[in-house]
Amino acid sequence: MTDLEALAGQAVDLAGTALAGVEVAVQADRHRVGLTRFANSVIHQNVAEDVTTVHVQLHHDGRTAAGSATVLDDDGLRALVDRIVDAVRIAPPDVGWPGLAPPAGMPEVDAPDPATADAAPQARAEIVRSFVDGAGGLEAAGFCRTSHWEGAFANSAGHAATVDGGECGLSGIARIDGADGVARHAPLRLAELDGAALGARAAAKARAWADPIELPPDRYEVVLEPTAVADLVEALAGVGFNGKFVNEGRSFARPGEDQLDPSITMVDDPLALGHRYDADGTPRRRLTLVDRGTTAALTYDRRAAAEAGVEATGHAAMGRFAWGPTARHLGIEATDAAVSPDEVDGPIADSSVAAIVADVERGVLVSDLWYTRLLDPRTLVLTGLTRNGVWLIEDGAVTSPLRNFRFTQSYVQALMPGSVLAVGGAATPLPGDTYTATSPRWSCPALRLASWNFTGGASG
Amino acid sequence: MSEFEAAERAVQAALDAGATYADARVMHRRHESMTARNGDVERVHQEADSGIGVRALVGSGWGFFAAPGLDDRAARSAGTRAAEIAAASALVSRGASALIPADPASGSWASACTLDPFSVSLADKGDLLVRATNTVREHGADLATGQYQAWETRKWFVSSEGHRIDQHVREAGAGIDGTAIGDGETQIRSYPAARGQYATRGWEFVDELDLEAHAARVGAECRELLSAPTCPAGETTLILGSEQLALQIHESVGHAIELDRILGWEAAYAGTSWLDLDQLGSLRYGSELMNITIDPTIPGALGSFGFDDEGTPAAPRDAVRQGTWVGVLAGRDSAAVAGLDYGGSVRADGWARLPMVRMTNVGLEPGPHTFDEIVAATDDGIYMETNRSWSIDDRRLNFQFGTEVAYEVKHGELGRLFKNPTYTGIGPQFWGSMDMLSSEIVAWGTPNCGKGQPGQVGHTGHPAAPARFRNVRVGVRA
Repeated sequence: MTDLEALAGQAVDLAGTALAGVEVAVQADRHRVGLTRFANSVIHQNVAEDVTTVHVQLHHDGRTAAGSATVLDDDGLRALVDRIVDAVRIAPPDVGWPGLAPPAGMPEVDAPDPATADAAPQARAEIVRSFVDGAGGLEAAGFCRTSHWEGAFANSAGHAATVDGGECGLSGIARIDGADGVARHAPLRLAELDGAALGARAAAKARAWADPIELPPDRYEVVLEPTAVADLVEALAGVGFNGKFVNEGRSFARPGEDQLDPSITMVDDPLALGHRYDADGTPRRRLTLVDRGTTAALTYDRRAAAEAGVEATGHAAMGRFAWGPTARHLGIEATDAAVSPDEVDGPIADSSVAAIVADVERGVLVSDLWYTRLLDPRTLVLTGLTRNGVWLIEDGAVTSPLRNFRFTQSYVQALMPGSVLAVGGAATPLPGDTYTATSPRWSCPALRLASWNFTGGASG
Repeated sequence: MSEFEAAERAVQAALDAGATYADARVMHRRHESMTARNGDVERVHQEADSGIGVRALVGSGWGFFAAPGLDDRAARSAGTRAAEIAAASALVSRGASALIPADPASGSWASACTLDPFSVSLADKGDLLVRATNTVREHGADLATGQYQAWETRKWFVSSEGHRIDQHVREAGAGIDGTAIGDGETQIRSYPAARGQYATRGWEFVDELDLEAHAARVGAECRELLSAPTCPAGETTLILGSEQLALQIHESVGHAIELDRILGWEAAYAGTSWLDLDQLGSLRYGSELMNITIDPTIPGALGSFGFDDEGTPAAPRDAVRQGTWVGVLAGRDSAAVAGLDYGGSVRADGWARLPMVRMTNVGLEPGPHTFDEIVAATDDGIYMETNRSWSIDDRRLNFQFGTEVAYEVKHGELGRLFKNPTYTGIGPQFWGSMDMLSSEIVAWGTPNCGKGQPGQVGHTGHPAAPARFRNVRVGVRA
């Protein structure tokens, strides 16, 4: 038994002793995360943490309370349990309590890469140095992250499970004369993180974005590179397929209906990172949310699932209940999983994107989307801006750098049947923004879309 | 071992490991939140964490390490590891890193709190949210939600220069909203602000919000919005309510004057700033009515404190004076790079996060008008209030905001209700068009300001009042 399993079991026992008949669920997590951040081509913020947290949820006499603590010696754990016991006695009634997760088998997953899980700050610094060198003298900025999550879950229904997962990621830009280029990658092994290649890619983009011209705001055909597609994936995960939003009537998603283009298949795959269970203890699985354009499944925690009268899908997130159960390892399937894209000259991310660009008569190539915010969850209309490189495509070739646009666009409409003109041959795993050992990770190919509503330019 | 002793041992360990400067923050934090939906409490959550965060400078490299243990071994280990990480930073470095000189401050500070939020029973808090959300729903909302949050933070700061500071901060706030679900759309109304209103005060602040008194209006207005006409598109005179103007200040002034952004330290993520330090003191940011202060001393405002997380005592400073940019939000390290002589705006989201430049209370000084006078003086325009969406570019210039409601303004009076209002513009042009500003200042609190990697959530305050802007593009839609 690991220390974390012992902690989880001890907390379950303490709660059971303190309050007869209580239902209790405990998650004990050790997060080891390191993030080396650079700007102006030097490491300027270099941080790490090694923090164990125990989360306790109690339900008793129709009432629920939950809490967490990081002081976990005997007195600390007892204080946590006592605090939540006191809270549950006087908490308001919880009519939506879904009950504890029953005992269940856990999916098999690969063990994390030890060299990544145990990476020293020097290892991250070396990759940063490769990125800076790869940028060839341009100013470089970004981060290199390694993370490792060990956890144990136990509840008073007899369910117990452990987790051991890890990942890494790099996100960086190169800058020259006000032009930025971007490159990102989130492999499972630090050894697969090629800082030099990513730095060179970012620099090529920045160099190709010099002296951009302003194109009038209008609807244009677009090629969104994987780094931009990640924003669509995140929005669909957070709002569109979120079972709580669907329960509340705030989502477009209707299972069984052909809502997106038939070229779109979306799969959530937390098992790739070793994430075997969610905050409820529900086993996770590879889940197809969109199958060739048809909305195939939604994401549920136990509470939202009970409300909808369906099974939980393993998407409960600790501390994020108000937002609801969301897919955090979502991707759009590439057209050919066997494709390994080659580097190409110029601003295009790789050969899989170039193959799409070659078919565009007139359109806009977008590297990245930025500061996108919902105007309405039901229509999934967002506004935001382009960033880190935008170019005009004419007759299958990139012809001119463009100044940034503002857009106001329904992501559902952009992906609706008939709107997706091409899906890239290869998908790139990309790091999510947050910094925990359970950070989101997106897998995205490029997309060629028939129309994107640019509603403003750099000058307003 | 006391918290001060733990911090001192961590600092000493970092120095022993080669650091030329080190500081440590020991913190105990409590956070409690409750959400209710349609008359039922949905979630009660109580978090508590304790730990130490150590910052060390070795050569030209900075390192930071955080751990939850506060015994002698854990504290010393945290200091040593911070120094080790700083040494690794030197692999990719150039030049020297430094801090501007500071007198080593000592002292204690506590925020004012009449009613400890954690002493109010959960049952009473739950009853409040249940009653309020029931009323919102009964008056028209399909979905009614309510929430409160309360924080208690105790922290002890020690530096190798001799700082020795402890602070006790309590914060609280709450809000309700109603959503009406239409045919392919949703409409929302909130009180007192989108995402609630927060302050560095106790539960008395939540009592003063009087959520129940506004619940019926919130429910009725979200329903009414479903049948309201869409906000017209075009260029017009725009009057903003103070809550929306607070977010406008936050996004297009507060973040833009962060010195770390100006120096490029946030270039890859949060972005940079359109501001150039060579123009500090001369750049025209807005109209003569625009006076923005950086003031962490405002009693009860959400961005208030006694000392920042580098130990600099709180003090007010001008950011924009009569429309001219005159000040920045800075830390001791960024100020040293920029050649400035002040810091004072560095904070961290807990002990496990690196202190960084953050807004304190960044807001407008009162203007000479009232809201009623502004409306009366407007022949043709639109009034918008309560934020619904926000987006701004990575240089903090090109923005687009959406609000929950808008009203037509005709011949000096408020008229028809409009739904889906948006407005867009470029920061200095927009602020330059401000020709009327109310004196009715409210210190709005933003409890969810995201910045940095690792991501940090900051609590900021924004004094704001209704104001009028000319020739603004409104009605942008998909």
